Amino acid sequence: MLACDYLVCTQASFPFCSLFVIHKYDTTNLTPGIIYNIWDTSLLKKMEISVAEAEKRTGKNAVNMQETYTVYLIETRPVDAASEGTNPALDSLWRRYSEFELLRNYLLVTYPFAVVPPLPEKRAEFVWHKLSADNMDPDFVERRRVGLENFLLRVASHPVLSSDKIFYLFLTEENGWKETVFETGFQAKADSRLKALNATFRVKNPDKRFAEMKHYGDELQSVISQLLRVRARAADRLYGVYKVHGNYGRVFSEWSAIEKEMGDGLQSAGHHMDAYAASVDDILEEEEHYADQLKEYLFYADALRYMCRKHELTQYELEMAVQDLTSKKQQQEELATGTIRTFSLKGMTSKLFGQETPEQREAKLKMLETQIEEGEEQVKERNAECDEFVKSAWVDIERFKEQKDHDLRESLISYAIMQISMCKKGIQVWNNAKECFNKM
Amino acid sequence: MSGSVVDNTVSSGNSSAAIPTDISGQILDLDEDDDLEVFSKDTTLTDGSSFNASMQTSPASMINQYKFEEDADTKDIFVTVDNPESHVTAIETYITYRVMTKTTRSEFDSSEFEVRRRYQDFLWLKGRLEEAHPTLIVHPLPEKFVVKGMVERFNEDFIETRRRALHRFLNKIAEHPIFSSSEDFKIFLTAASGELTSHKKQGPGFLSRMGDTVKAVAAAVRGVRNRPQEFTEMQEYVEAFSQKISSLDKVTQRIVREQKEYLEELKECGPTYALWSQSEEELAEPLKNVAGCVDRCCKETEEQVKNLSDQLIPVLHEYVLCADTLKAVLRRRDNIQADFEAKTEALATKKADRDTMRDDLDKAEDRLEWANNALKSDWTRWQKVMRTDLRSAFVDTAERNVSYYEKCLAVWESFLHSQRTDAEGNGKVDFS
Repeated sequence: MLACDYLVCTQASFPFCSLFVIHKYDTTNLTPGIIYNIWDTSLLKKMEISVAEAEKRTGKNAVNMQETYTVYLIETRPVDAASEGTNPALDSLWRRYSEFELLRNYLLVTYPFAVVPPLPEKRAEFVWHKLSADNMDPDFVERRRVGLENFLLRVASHPVLSSDKIFYLFLTEENGWKETVFETGFQAKADSRLKALNATFRVKNPDKRFAEMKHYGDELQSVISQLLRVRARAADRLYGVYKVHGNYGRVFSEWSAIEKEMGDGLQSAGHHMDAYAASVDDILEEEEHYADQLKEYLFYADALRYMCRKHELTQYELEMAVQDLTSKKQQQEELATGTIRTFSLKGMTSKLFGQETPEQREAKLKMLETQIEEGEEQVKERNAECDEFVKSAWVDIERFKEQKDHDLRESLISYAIMQISMCKKGIQVWNNAKECFNKM
Repeated sequence: MSGSVVDNTVSSGNSSAAIPTDISGQILDLDEDDDLEVFSKDTTLTDGSSFNASMQTSPASMINQYKFEEDADTKDIFVTVDNPESHVTAIETYITYRVMTKTTRSEFDSSEFEVRRRYQDFLWLKGRLEEAHPTLIVHPLPEKFVVKGMVERFNEDFIETRRRALHRFLNKIAEHPIFSSSEDFKIFLTAASGELTSHKKQGPGFLSRMGDTVKAVAAAVRGVRNRPQEFTEMQEYVEAFSQKISSLDKVTQRIVREQKEYLEELKECGPTYALWSQSEEELAEPLKNVAGCVDRCCKETEEQVKNLSDQLIPVLHEYVLCADTLKAVLRRRDNIQADFEAKTEALATKKADRDTMRDDLDKAEDRLEWANNALKSDWTRWQKVMRTDLRSAFVDTAERNVSYYEKCLAVWESFLHSQRTDAEGNGKVDFS
């Protein structure tokens, strides 16, 4: 299944987390200094999770307008190894897509070092002709249901994310969950982070591994997009090939009406041609699942890139703090020795209009000292932050890599199995048709 | 001759990258197909009333001979058409084909012959056979080829398709109980080019042909009064058959077009997987493998499309032309009957020249009886041949489809196998 690691929880990680989460609830049951076996805390060990159904609802939205939307039924059941015989009760609640989005945004902000599993797409993309781009279309809703379930299972089996209390409440508390999430204050952090991430900044010493990862994320996104596009077009064409054969069915049937000896053979061959034409619907529906698996990793690529960007931000902030400290130290030195090495307006004016009084200089030195102390603390903190981030992120990246390699290999295998099934159906139909033709 | 336009190059035509026509689950309305091809009808204007001088035996004995002979398995003549060559003269450029004959028939001077013939010569032969036997069914020739004013006669594919059709044409003639003993056929197979040219110049002169044509038109305009039921049924069948076979032709052409477009898209899949493999480590091998599989399936699809174009379409095409031939044959029969009816009426009404008229009437009656019997037995024969041809064409197509899927199946199974041995080697995945 998934590679698992031991997450070493040290004192350092919690101040880091606490920068982003204001604990109203004790959202972590992890105490520092203890090493945890992740599997013990993986939520999937404790409960079965599924997104069982989807339903249409209508209601008034934020601007008091009537809207139709879809809700999904999340079912959970505690896994109690002791009570194998009894069937424990099923808990369930309804959530809509926007709530899933909220959960994911919360996780993104709260666990910046994690590769957060993606949601199924908001709008249908890479559609080919017969597929509907309509969000209300039953096929789309069904595929989304599967995608949402997949998302929950991914989060529930993630070594760190699965222990999150907000996630647990998402699965178990229907009412008031939204308020609870907002109360964590993650939104404010999200906004400031977002602004920072969108700004352009240059890192002086980029971490080579993260740069490579980001590049990989770019390539993965580009190539999977291309693959999805090409596959959709090919599916469209294949659909056409199969459906045209349905015309054979019709014409054979009409022709058989005017023939004596050939009639039976033609008629039955026609039925097989109809069957052939109809078989493409199932074939392409299965292929759509394969496309969905690829899409998940397309979106994962985005999560990877996002994480690399966050790392760059932490690195940048560290560099800024160091730069700030260095400049303050320099100012201190200059003031103490009286030499001006750096240009400053104050320095110039004091040169022009006379030196400041020894009291003023003393006050300034004192201020600088405090600032330098604070600055050094700041640098230490940010250094630790960076280190923690890199350590935790790299753990999650390794976990993600193994998961990706495993999953995509499975997908390719399932694609091959689909092709084989399609070929077998084709062989059967045409062998049947051949027998009928022989009777012509 | 109608100046019709035939486009033999099956293009992927009007389908752009945009959303194709909606055919989901519905029957195609083929009549609106813009790429519809119009077939030129190479029906010679010979009518039924000219009695070819090369007919050597009396009508009565001919009737007996027209009874369908069952011993078609003892083939004593083999004809092949191959080796197209281009000839350039001051006036024109044209293609000739080598026609080789091997036979044990006594009426041939030798047992092997080799001559070169051009399309015009085939046309001549067909015309002669139709003139001599107006109510027998002559297998169609491939059409003349004119594409929007530009003559594409020297395109390799076109020449090959035509060669095959000419080969089938001569073999059908050779297999026909009456046609194969035609003097014109023998000359076609054996005469040197010069001999053939001089022989062509014989036969009914221009003026007599003109006179016959006028008579034919008159008879056609007059129409037949008492057509026997069986010929009416034949006509109804031919109408329906013509429609069905045309539809099948169109459907098959459409399938080829769709498959070609599918192939175009599929060709991009393999390279995309290969590109992906370059960014991966663990996944590189399976991705490259999949790329290879997709490429191999592409090749198989390409061959499949070619087979359909080369095997099934020409046969269907020929039977579309056959349907037109049948219609012409029925028309000619009708004209012979119309002529007889006219002469019968004339005898009843006119008083003068009764002896000549009676003579004429007797001849006309004989001609009609002969024509009807000829058509009836050739009709039975034609149906058998049509059944065999179309059956084997469809069986062949089905077999090729099976073979195509079997090959693709093997490709993907080898991929699965490679992943299996890989996985078991690494102790990773459980395939149960």
